[in-house]
Amino acid sequence: MKKFTQQLVLLGPGLAWLVVFLVIPLVLILSYSFFRRGPYGGVVYEFTLKNYKQLFSPLVLRVFLTSLRIAVITTGLALLIGYPTAYAIATAAPQWRTTLLGLVALPFWTSYLIRTYAWIVLLNREGVINHFLMRLGIIHEPLGLLYNEFAIIIGLLYGYLPFMILPLYSSIERLNPELREAAADLGAPPLKTFFTVTLPLTLQGVIAGSIFVFVPSLGNFVVPELLGGGRRLMIGNLIQNRFLKARDWPSGAAMAFGVMSIVLILLLLQAWATNRLQEGGANAE
Amino acid sequence: MSGNGPLVAIRNVVKRFGSIVAVNNVSLDVQQGEFFALLGPSGCGKTTLLRMLAGFETPDSGEILLEGEDLVGVKPWKRPVNMMFQSYALFPHMTVYNNVAYGLREDRLDKQEIDRRVREVLEMVGLLGLARRKPDTLSGGQKQRVALARAIVKQPKVLLLDEPLAALDRKLRVEMRLELKRLQHEVGIAFIFVTHDQEEALTMADRAAVMNAGQVLQVGTPQELYELPTSLFVANFIGESNVFTGSLKVAGDDVTVVGAERAWRVSAEASRRVGLKDGDAVAIVIRPEHLQIIPAASGQETNGLSNTATGMLIETAYLGSMRHYIVELDDGTRVMAQTQAGHIFDSLTEGTRVSVGWELERGVLVPADDEALIEGAGLSGAL
Repeated sequence: MKKFTQQLVLLGPGLAWLVVFLVIPLVLILSYSFFRRGPYGGVVYEFTLKNYKQLFSPLVLRVFLTSLRIAVITTGLALLIGYPTAYAIATAAPQWRTTLLGLVALPFWTSYLIRTYAWIVLLNREGVINHFLMRLGIIHEPLGLLYNEFAIIIGLLYGYLPFMILPLYSSIERLNPELREAAADLGAPPLKTFFTVTLPLTLQGVIAGSIFVFVPSLGNFVVPELLGGGRRLMIGNLIQNRFLKARDWPSGAAMAFGVMSIVLILLLLQAWATNRLQEGGANAE
Repeated sequence: MSGNGPLVAIRNVVKRFGSIVAVNNVSLDVQQGEFFALLGPSGCGKTTLLRMLAGFETPDSGEILLEGEDLVGVKPWKRPVNMMFQSYALFPHMTVYNNVAYGLREDRLDKQEIDRRVREVLEMVGLLGLARRKPDTLSGGQKQRVALARAIVKQPKVLLLDEPLAALDRKLRVEMRLELKRLQHEVGIAFIFVTHDQEEALTMADRAAVMNAGQVLQVGTPQELYELPTSLFVANFIGESNVFTGSLKVAGDDVTVVGAERAWRVSAEASRRVGLKDGDAVAIVIRPEHLQIIPAASGQETNGLSNTATGMLIETAYLGSMRHYIVELDDGTRVMAQTQAGHIFDSLTEGTRVSVGWELERGVLVPADDEALIEGAGLSGAL
């Protein structure tokens, strides 16, 4: 009983925070998603599934698919860039690791918004990159680097790459280096060692990093707004638009839960796949 | 095949890490089928030497020959050498079976052949019943056997073992010494193992190299190392020793060591063995079991002994099969004697006046100073 009281005291503040700022708003949003929009905004408390039916309209579906595609590409690129980076840091001399990790986290010292604006300066038609390439004579016309999917992916990748590198780093760093040596000793060349030992044993980091990049990429609305130009390119913009511009809270709420369910389904799939990989990894060959 | 040459020949190998010389001009031969120990305190370079044999480190200079062919520059995955790691380094995501099969799959053998060899080696280490288990579910001793099975299943020309027993508790460690020796005989592969435990090296190895500060001080059978050390370091590192220092005085066959308080007689043969000459700073090494202890009151003769001294028994320790006595001599030096339990002096009490002494040929002469110690190393390396 005493132990229970102690745990309650320790957990209390965090629990209260979660209940007030996460659970209650979620319940509110969930209930809104089943009601009607009032004629002048607001919510009319009258049950309907209309908001969910609208998720399957061609427009919303297209936006969902675009968002998914962008988030998947961003996550994939982050993994391709992040894994070698994390591996290099984790296997660097110990006195260098802190410095290198500090460099990875360095962008967090300025506001995300400012950093995203900075990409406009870099990517626009008169921007640094176009200017530079034209000066070198590689191109004669400025490239349309801004206000498209490419710019969105660049912006998301840039913003979330550290979230990929950090969990990868910690899982690679924890790996006993003798395991890699053992694989080499048993005859496996470096690439083989990577795919049979290093990668399977750092899957936790791969999954954690992928989730940390995928989830905020999918719901992001700042980057598509600033770098994507289009208003309804990603689902985050659509939801923002529903709530703030169209003043249709129930519809926005339903979309938000649409995004949440996609994320949940993907997480479950990933957990299932990891389990299988780890169980079966040994028999694969 | 190699015919008569050594299986492994290490020639003048040097390895530096920054300003530290980890391995300093080491030369060693290991023979076919031999159980060879690299013995020394931590930081002596033994593990670095082992890692160079495996290919994880590259020597700065020197050669490592396997059956006459230079291994330097050959990648670890291409060497016919396998290693058992101190941490065992079992792949935690694979079953025991797949851990053992890993190396064979790299060799692209067919499935039946792999299965046959994995089963054979698991049977040999007594783990066939645990083939489907993951390493995390095994005890320390079982993990050790899996690591061993995984390393020998490829039938390497040399098996390297890095502190193979260090992670086990004492009782298991003693059991595994015999087990390892049995296995080594069974598979007939040369084993080179690194240890800091002199008892382990003495009980398991056919021959051992004693290392200190990057150098090999002496190579020999356990008996040679224990009975005829060529340096003070080896004498102190292997077993217990009583040491008396002084300068050597040679007058024909009459050889003495002149210390601060008194002179001790040594055999002429002992002085010739390590090539010491008149005036050298030397030490006499007497093993505790060769130091005889006689109560002064017993009236027993000490004539059989060449060197005697009197002192007082200050401590006795009963160790089951034997008994240790610490005696403070009249000049203040402390010595240790050891007798079998059940000896007639079992009833000696602390504070008793005693004489200690040893037979002339039991005194082993070694150089006493550091330079001589390193020269001695060069000498023994050439032996």
